Amino acid sequence: MYRPSRREILVAGAAAGGGLLLGWQVDARPRVLAKHVQATPPAFAPNAFIRIGRDGRVTLIVAQVEMGQGTFTSMPMLLAEELEVGLDQVRVENAPPDEKLYAIPGLGFQVTGASISVRALYEPLRRAGATARTMLVAAAAQTWNVDPASCQAHRGVVTHTPTGRKLAYGALADKAAKLPVPAPVTLKDPKDFKLIGTPAKRLDTPAKVNGTAQFGIDVRLPGMKIATVVASPVLGGKLVSVDDSKAKAIKGVRQIVRLKDAVAVVADHMWAAKEGLRALAIRWDDGPNGTVTTADVVKGLAAAAQTQGAVARNEGDAPAAIAGSSRKLESVYEAPFLIHAALEPINCTVHVHPDHCEVWTGSQVLGRVQAAAAKVTGLPLEKVEVHNHYLGGAFGRRLEFDYVPQAVRIAQQVEGPVKVIWTREEDTRHDVYRPYYYDRIAAALNASGQPIAWTHRIVGPSIVARWAPPAFKNGIDPDAVDGAAEMLYDIPAIRVEYVRHEEPVLNTGFWRGVGVTHNAWVIESFIDELAAAAKQDPVAYRRALLGKSPRARAVLDLAAKAAGWGERLPEGRGRGVSLMYSAWDTYLAQVAEVEVSKAGEVRVHRVVCAVDCGTVVNPDTVKAQIQGGVIFGISGALWGEVTLKNGRVQQSNYHDVRVMRINEAPAIEVHLVGNREKPGGMGEPGTAVTAPAIANAVFAATGKRIRKLPLERQLRSV
Amino acid sequence: MVTLRINGKSHRVDVPPDMPLLWVLRDVLGMNGTKFGCGVALCGACTVHLDGIPRRSCVMPVSAAVGHSITTIEAIGATPIGKKVQQAWLDLEVVQCGYCQSGQIMAAAALLAKIPAPTDTDIDQGLSGNICRCGTYLRIREAIKRAAQTTTAQGGG
Repeated sequence: MYRPSRREILVAGAAAGGGLLLGWQVDARPRVLAKHVQATPPAFAPNAFIRIGRDGRVTLIVAQVEMGQGTFTSMPMLLAEELEVGLDQVRVENAPPDEKLYAIPGLGFQVTGASISVRALYEPLRRAGATARTMLVAAAAQTWNVDPASCQAHRGVVTHTPTGRKLAYGALADKAAKLPVPAPVTLKDPKDFKLIGTPAKRLDTPAKVNGTAQFGIDVRLPGMKIATVVASPVLGGKLVSVDDSKAKAIKGVRQIVRLKDAVAVVADHMWAAKEGLRALAIRWDDGPNGTVTTADVVKGLAAAAQTQGAVARNEGDAPAAIAGSSRKLESVYEAPFLIHAALEPINCTVHVHPDHCEVWTGSQVLGRVQAAAAKVTGLPLEKVEVHNHYLGGAFGRRLEFDYVPQAVRIAQQVEGPVKVIWTREEDTRHDVYRPYYYDRIAAALNASGQPIAWTHRIVGPSIVARWAPPAFKNGIDPDAVDGAAEMLYDIPAIRVEYVRHEEPVLNTGFWRGVGVTHNAWVIESFIDELAAAAKQDPVAYRRALLGKSPRARAVLDLAAKAAGWGERLPEGRGRGVSLMYSAWDTYLAQVAEVEVSKAGEVRVHRVVCAVDCGTVVNPDTVKAQIQGGVIFGISGALWGEVTLKNGRVQQSNYHDVRVMRINEAPAIEVHLVGNREKPGGMGEPGTAVTAPAIANAVFAATGKRIRKLPLERQLRSV
Repeated sequence: MVTLRINGKSHRVDVPPDMPLLWVLRDVLGMNGTKFGCGVALCGACTVHLDGIPRRSCVMPVSAAVGHSITTIEAIGATPIGKKVQQAWLDLEVVQCGYCQSGQIMAAAALLAKIPAPTDTDIDQGLSGNICRCGTYLRIREAIKRAAQTTTAQGGG
């Protein structure tokens, strides 16, 4: 894996076809895109391009991919703010894959995920804009032979304030391109922001309300075939044989492609491909996982939970304090495998030429897509062209690229381009699932009921060790312990351990918040258990432990007040609270109000969130992410689970993958705490904070403490 | 060969009679605004109008669409109600990933054509077949009400 260089340099030069091109590179080696540039120090974190043509057209290139989270608007807002152009004046383009040019600072590769885009790029992109603007102003000042300080830029025009003379950016582009890149540029004082902090309209929306937005699945190419595929239903299984005689007889079916572990039907259209697939008689060799059930996985995790883990946090001697205490609580929490179920089924279009390869898809990791296609074809990286598209939902699923090598292997056997589309059933059975986690958690209370010691052992596979090996250090998966290692409650002795336990019967990966979604649920449920044991109010109990965390306390207070915490509720209803903080650097408190029927059905009536994510780039996007994240979180908490029988995922489509619908959606209020702290991530917190608030509300309504998700299944069984 | 009337135009297509309308639209006619989500009428992403009634095109054999007037997302903006729905979607910034929104808009436009001022219950009934995994439901509900206001205020659209 690429490791980020500290020698991050800013380069500028003439763009092909004239005009000013600014690019941010992670190292000083010359590259294709930087062929004509003159490198000058000092260092800035990389990520974006600004192009200004002689015609005045400003193009902003966004390396972050749009999957609904609004990055296609928030990234340009950062650039445009300092560049002094309006969003109505720019064109936004997607960046091609380039692991160096577009690497996320600190991660070292090009990725959209982990709620990182605004956090990592808030300053680099503003610097990018400010640098370009400074050079354009300098070019104008030079033209007029005046002091640049007497000039001002506004909406793509530089004005010499004393005389009123004006020059547009387009007219200045050539001259600016020849100027040296200024050493540290001054960023705007936040009080002067015109765009940042405003609910700017999203740039991708118009195309998404009239059917013209292009998702990966919408690719159309001359001569393109459509294929659909079925892979071995058991992980590690192999194809033994396939009788394709009936499939071949179907009109429109062109070809049956056999891979080691899958069969694809290539056809003129998806209907023929689907019908062809249905008509195949396939024999699989299930391999070693052919009898595995969910219970086997849990057994393995439970056994691993008896062993000591790597220590992620250790203050005081928590195990000894708990062992010596007369007032202790210990619980086990289990979080199931979860599916992403993004609405756009997995798809990838590939055209393998003799000397190059083209890939069309929607991915959160473009560089990895490119590398995967290069590996399968044996072509050098630069001979693989990747065309990214809007992502029809991702939630972490498209951080994986398993479907790319598969599609390339199919395309290698097909003349011309082929679009491989997974059916919903295939998408469901071959997701890269949120892992099953098994947590042991314990605490000792003092005479007044306050916790004096806390131990939390997290057991599960490591996604990070597979996905970003350098980040897996000393036995710790930083994602698996995220939210637990940073837990804010002020307890004198804390020990957080991680036991890596792999159960390679199902591919597991990131799922909208992954580590935090499960840790926040465990921690916030258990704190609720402690409050109940101490016979104290859950909000007051938390509040007393947050003396050192004023921002956390503020969101807790705000959510409780807005939700009417403590006010009477009708019979059968309950309120639950949760608080979340993690490496995303966002503080989020939630109060949920639920009603539980005698049959164990949970209706979520109202959700109140208070969020402090520091500086807000686009408040409307932040609200949208919380609203959507809460709904995603409720689906997971109430119904989400993927189960295994005979090594096979038992779910297949939206009838047994239940996700929330409009008639079930609660009222959601979002209260933003405004401040100038550095921006926190917003894609995932809304999901992570939700399951515990719902579970605690269920406890308040029923007295039942649910320590295993999904909630409704447990409510029916306890 | 069958003849389909889609968005006011006639199309002659050579497809099997049991082929779902969805794939005729997408893979034969290249009209990609109508989306594939589940293939079994569970998610609503493929919603089109057949004589103004919302239908799941992924389970509708093309033979059942012959002789009817088909409207897709590509043309819904040409109807007064469709245009107002799209505008309300923009005004309230409903969309996130956008993949389900063709279906949501088609369902919303059909609902408003039938019930100009829908209640929350009407909206629940009209839209509960349309999954949005990004969770834009609150804004969908508000946007339908917004579109209803502008529609009724301007004399029924």
